[in-house]
Amino acid sequence: MEKESIEVFIDSLAHFYRQVGVGEVQVGVPYLLDSRTPMVSDFTGIIGVSGKRRGCVYFSCPKAMLSYILTSMGERDNSSEHLCDLVGEIANTIAGNARKEFGADFMISVPVVIQGEPERIHLPDNTRCVVIPTKWKSYQSIIVVALE
Amino acid sequence: MKRLMIVDDSLIIRRRIKRAHGLDEFSVVGTASNGEEAVALARQTAPDLITIDLTMPHMDGIEAIPLLASICPDARILVVSALADKATAITALSRGAHGFVCKPFTDDELHDALSELAADLPAR
Repeated sequence: MEKESIEVFIDSLAHFYRQVGVGEVQVGVPYLLDSRTPMVSDFTGIIGVSGKRRGCVYFSCPKAMLSYILTSMGERDNSSEHLCDLVGEIANTIAGNARKEFGADFMISVPVVIQGEPERIHLPDNTRCVVIPTKWKSYQSIIVVALE
Repeated sequence: MKRLMIVDDSLIIRRRIKRAHGLDEFSVVGTASNGEEAVALARQTAPDLITIDLTMPHMDGIEAIPLLASICPDARILVVSALADKATAITALSRGAHGFVCKPFTDDELHDALSELAADLPAR
């Protein structure tokens, strides 16, 4: 995957943090996932991609981080339902904003949310999966881009 | 008070729009989590303004917009979506939407867009 394509997803996440008013996110050096076993944290929002590009994009982060963001957004209810909703919405925003770069042929699904359960993520075969590590406050999260 | 209906599959986003600062002149008459629910709700509530997401299960926003426009021909429809490409915005507008706000949005962006559409409503 080209450098510019990876930057699209980084920019989308950074834009999300800025717009919801929770500050800046630090982005680490992207790397290739060297196995077919997906990496996940507590909550993961997965977006299926079809059209010109095929595969998936997912965002995974710890529960405490989602709770913090929810509180920062003025939400008092930090139930699992709301945490799942938020991680799905972050994934949707990252993938949806990427259409500014990739165009309308970059078709995205509604989010699927999992808690743990990396076995539920199916990475496409013959695809290099790029992991983008990010850090907000003390919380580590990842964006994984697995596109043909 | 202008009557506002909110359509989004995310509960967090529905609540965020409801709670956004500066929207005191709007009264939320109902919320829906997909296009099908929105169509049924629009028949019951006759909103003046509708915010609608595009990527939703069952019936997406692109499909729902013309139906909503036919049920409430005077209502103003604001798309609030993460789909940030121009072609999607043009498609939504051509199917009956009146404005487009890209997610993630600030309260000010939402307020400005809704106020602009409200100012354009026909007098009752």
